[in-house]
Amino acid sequence: MACFLVPTGEAIVTTVLTKAFKSKEKAELEATNEEISEKVSSKIPFSKKLSWLNNMLWGGSALLAFEHVWHGEVVPWFPFLTAMESPDEASAMLHEMSTVGVSMAVLVTAVWGIMVLASDIIMKGDAVSKIKQ
Amino acid sequence: MTLLITVLAACVATIVWYKITPNSTMGIGFLVLTYWGASLMWLCDAIFEYRELGAEFFTPSVEDMINDIFLGFSVVALGLIIWLVRLMIKDPEGKLKQNLSK
Repeated sequence: MACFLVPTGEAIVTTVLTKAFKSKEKAELEATNEEISEKVSSKIPFSKKLSWLNNMLWGGSALLAFEHVWHGEVVPWFPFLTAMESPDEASAMLHEMSTVGVSMAVLVTAVWGIMVLASDIIMKGDAVSKIKQ
Repeated sequence: MTLLITVLAACVATIVWYKITPNSTMGIGFLVLTYWGASLMWLCDAIFEYRELGAEFFTPSVEDMINDIFLGFSVVALGLIIWLVRLMIKDPEGKLKQNLSK
């Protein structure tokens, strides 16, 4: 009905966070000397990791929104969601958003967490092998 | 079927990304994450539907299946269009600019 709105909401929040982290990292990089910035460059910036989550959430939500248009659940006129036309359907929509929608957002975020963990382990292993050489 | 087609598209995009990264500037990673994001969301949807329908979930009517296949391919095409528009806007190698200024 409108389950894609939950990941879309999360995508808006993570996009704002990404922008904030990016400007913070840029300021930090400018403040540090060359030696430290070299050290930092061997790590993946958190803003880049967050951008992975952004792409998954925005991309997934866009394709899901298309599916809702396909099924006639989203329309190009007010109130845009056909479920908003009756209180019963609106209540069912809210229930779906709180169950399916939230689960979608949680699953995508959990998979992103695993990706971040895996990338940290890979980068750590890479750094150790570089030191050994 | 929509989930299956999207997962297949995600796998193909991931293989292409792995083959051409890190020298490529095409931004395939964006397409990979878009398809995986959608796949995860449809997986969640499928789990809830399975809980509701039980074994019936795996035996859809022919009409539903054809509609889902059509939707699946349309979703893959939409993902590709979004990626292409992003690529044209970013124009990482400046090829679009070069062609327009000729």
